[in-house]
Amino acid sequence: MNTQAKVAVKSQARVGSNILAIAFAAFVGAGLIAIAGHVQATTLHDAAHDVRHATGFPCH
Amino acid sequence: MLTRILTTAIFAGFITAFAAALLQFLLVQPLLLHSELFESGVMQHFGTSGAGTPAHTELPGFDPLRDGLSVLFTAVIYTGYAFLLVAGIALASEQGHEITPRRGILWGIAGFVAVQLAPAMGLPPELPGAAAADVAARQVWWFGTVALSALGLWLVAFGRSPVIWAVALLCLAVPHIIGAPEPDVFTGPVPPEIAAHFAARALGVGLASWSILGMLAGYFWNKEA
Repeated sequence: MNTQAKVAVKSQARVGSNILAIAFAAFVGAGLIAIAGHVQATTLHDAAHDVRHATGFPCH
Repeated sequence: MLTRILTTAIFAGFITAFAAALLQFLLVQPLLLHSELFESGVMQHFGTSGAGTPAHTELPGFDPLRDGLSVLFTAVIYTGYAFLLVAGIALASEQGHEITPRRGILWGIAGFVAVQLAPAMGLPPELPGAAAADVAARQVWWFGTVALSALGLWLVAFGRSPVIWAVALLCLAVPHIIGAPEPDVFTGPVPPEIAAHFAARALGVGLASWSILGMLAGYFWNKEA
C-alpha cells in the first residue's frame, strides 16, 4: 500500500469514528430528554414535574 | 472527537442549566404555583360571585426538595439538549463549517425553534390542570415535530438548492398540517390570564436559555479544539 492510500484509509477510519461519536452524542441527548422529560413512571414524573411544565413537554 | 463532544456538551449544558433554573424560579415558577391553587380548588376562577378573581395572592415559598429536584432535572434536560446541539455542531464542523460563539447563538435559537417553539404551536406549554389529549399521543406528535423541525432547519441552513429548501419547508410545515392531538373538552380551572402569561414566559425563558446554550457550545467547542 503506498503512502497516499494509507493516509486515505486512515482518514476514512477517522471520519467513521467521528460519525460514530456524533451518533452516540445524539443518542445520549435523546435518551436524557426522554427519561427526564417524557417517561411517565410516577416517581420520575413527580420529581421532574415543574421542569416538564416549564419546558413545555407533554406532562400528564 | 468524542472527548470534544462530551466536554462541550457537559460544560455548556450544566452552566446553562443554572441560568435556566434561575430564570424559571423568577419568572415561571410563581405562575405554576399560582395555577396549582386553582387546580387544587383553594382558589376558584370567578367563584360563585361572578365578581372576578383577585389577581394577587400569597404563594407558597421556597421548597428545598421540590425546587432542588427542579434544579437537578433542569440540569439533566439541558445536558440532553446540549448533547443534541453539539452532535449537530460536530456534524457541521465535520463538513467544514466554522463554529464560533456568535454563530453558536444562531445554533441555540434554531434548537429553541425545533425543540420548544415548533411543538408549542400545537401543544402550548400547559399549566397543571389544563385539558389535553392522551399523553402518549401528544408525546408521539412532540417527538415527530421536533425531529422534522430540526431536519427542516438543518436543510434551510445547509441546503444549496431550491428543491432542498422546498423539502425543508415541507418538513417544517407537515407537523402543523397534521395537527397536534387535541382534547375533546376544555376543563382548565385556571384563569386564561395566568395560562397565557405562563406560555409566553416558558417560551421566553426557553429562548434565553437556548441562546446561552448555543453560545457556550460554540465557546467550548473551540476551546476543546
